[in-house]
Amino acid sequence: MAKLNLTLPGRRFVIGVPAVWLVLFFMLPFLILLYISFVDMGNDISPFKPIWDSETGLLKLKYENYYSIFQSSDGSGLFQTIYIEAYVRSIWYALCTAVLCLVIGYPFSYFIARSAPNLRPALLMMVMLPFWTSFLLRVYAWKGILADQGVLNQMLLALGLITEPMQMLYTDVSMLVGMTYVYLPFMVLPLYANLVKMDIRLLEAAYDLGASPFKAFWLVTVPLSKAGIIAGFMLVFIPCVGEFVIPSLLGGPENIMIGRVVWDEMFTSNNWPRASALAVVMIGLIVVPLAVYYHFTGDAAEVRR
Amino acid sequence: MKKLLNRYFGKAWLAVTFLFLYLPLFFMLVFSFNNTRQDAVFTGFSLRWYEALTRDTKIVDGFWLSVQVATAAGVASAVLATFAAFVLVRYRRFAGRTLFSGMVNAPLVMPEVVIGLSLLLLMVGVQNALGWPQRGMLTIVLGHMLLGMAYGTVVVQSRLLEMDRAIEEAAMDLGAKPFQVFFLVTLPNILQAVLAAYLLAFTLSFDDVVIAEFLSGPGVNTLPQVIFGYARRGINPTIYAAATLLIASVTLVVITYSVWVARQTRKREREIAAATRAELLALQAQ
Repeated sequence: MAKLNLTLPGRRFVIGVPAVWLVLFFMLPFLILLYISFVDMGNDISPFKPIWDSETGLLKLKYENYYSIFQSSDGSGLFQTIYIEAYVRSIWYALCTAVLCLVIGYPFSYFIARSAPNLRPALLMMVMLPFWTSFLLRVYAWKGILADQGVLNQMLLALGLITEPMQMLYTDVSMLVGMTYVYLPFMVLPLYANLVKMDIRLLEAAYDLGASPFKAFWLVTVPLSKAGIIAGFMLVFIPCVGEFVIPSLLGGPENIMIGRVVWDEMFTSNNWPRASALAVVMIGLIVVPLAVYYHFTGDAAEVRR
Repeated sequence: MKKLLNRYFGKAWLAVTFLFLYLPLFFMLVFSFNNTRQDAVFTGFSLRWYEALTRDTKIVDGFWLSVQVATAAGVASAVLATFAAFVLVRYRRFAGRTLFSGMVNAPLVMPEVVIGLSLLLLMVGVQNALGWPQRGMLTIVLGHMLLGMAYGTVVVQSRLLEMDRAIEEAAMDLGAKPFQVFFLVTLPNILQAVLAAYLLAFTLSFDDVVIAEFLSGPGVNTLPQVIFGYARRGINPTIYAAATLLIASVTLVVITYSVWVARQTRKREREIAAATRAELLALQAQ
């Protein structure tokens, strides 16, 4: 039987087109980012000049940009810079968002997976539909809902639960509401995919052996859905760390996250090398949980086999 | 007791969560028809914000730019995603395969701020060296293609993995050339996924602020950038009108697409059933 084997030039072309594109527009920019993170900032208007005509030679690496991230300028404290604070804050908010999405999303996915099979596609479609409409607009809507003169405050006032408008917008709460809202589908979809495949007979066996519903859920369903929980958690956590738009629109001025810091270094301080160094460290922050994730899913895949 | 809890608690949880998911959409829909700027009270029905929308040149210009950017990025992403998916599924062994799949998938987890920043550095570098390209539509399209390609590859890849290779081999046996096999057999089979990849890339592009903010030049603003600018300043019901129109069109597209997919699937099932029946009849006749 003939195999679909292209001739060598054909094969080279098929691999070459996406490969060249990726090298030019993914790898090369990343290498430039890495490179600029190791050079001095120009004292010129153009932050680029000193990089290309550096007199000391092209490969003289400068560690100042990384140093300044970790060490405060007066040399007093290690890890006590605004950058470290922003990193820690970003991780903390990303963790909170992932936990909130899990708490809301787990029962949600569970009940969709246990609903009538002919209902499931429609329910999933309903999860996806807001996801397909502009997330920026949905975040913007929360601004109108949570504002001092917004719908929620007016409702609470009308109900007599509060006597004057509560400050909800531009707080941690409004930011977490926005992030949980936007990232909930990222938690629901992998969890659903996992829970819908679960063998119901295992639960029945647990009941037959005298487990209470709660115990059966905790000892059978939850461990079996571990892969889905981890996948959902990563899918929420990772983009949340670098989130830029939601904190800008719903967060307060005091809870600036790292995405915003990179932005400000780039466009306000015009310090391109430090912005690059901050971005490189940010990638590092994301690679670590990813490595853990692959470690876990690798194990899970082996167990399944 | 458990059944009761499951039934009512489950339904309640689903209802409340769906309410949460649809609350902002519903809110924008209602207040886009409000006749005052008042945010929390619906004072009467009016189309004034829709009228204001058509007169807002920033929004209208941004919309057309976004349509162009998203269409270009969508088409280019779908083509590249098809290439990349084909390579990943069909070429199991070649030098640099790990690097290749890493590069395809990395934009999925890379923060958009990092993608935007690194591409900006590239564009500035190239521009300093060659005097081209100016930051603008082209650079935004290139940035969006990176995202669109990564997501699109996942979609096309899963369809390619499902596809029965025997029909390609049959075409080869009948003397079709490789590229004939691809365009006459493979592509029609994965067309649904390629279209899905296009739609996904289009939506991602139409929705993106961060990469566009990094890569757009002065005076070049996509719709999300315009909205982001407004949103930082305060509340403007014109945006609700824009949102309502967008939600309506997206809903329409998504529903049309899923009806089309459902019809295609049913058609295929019917064909398979007919073929099986014919085979059975032939067997009985023997």
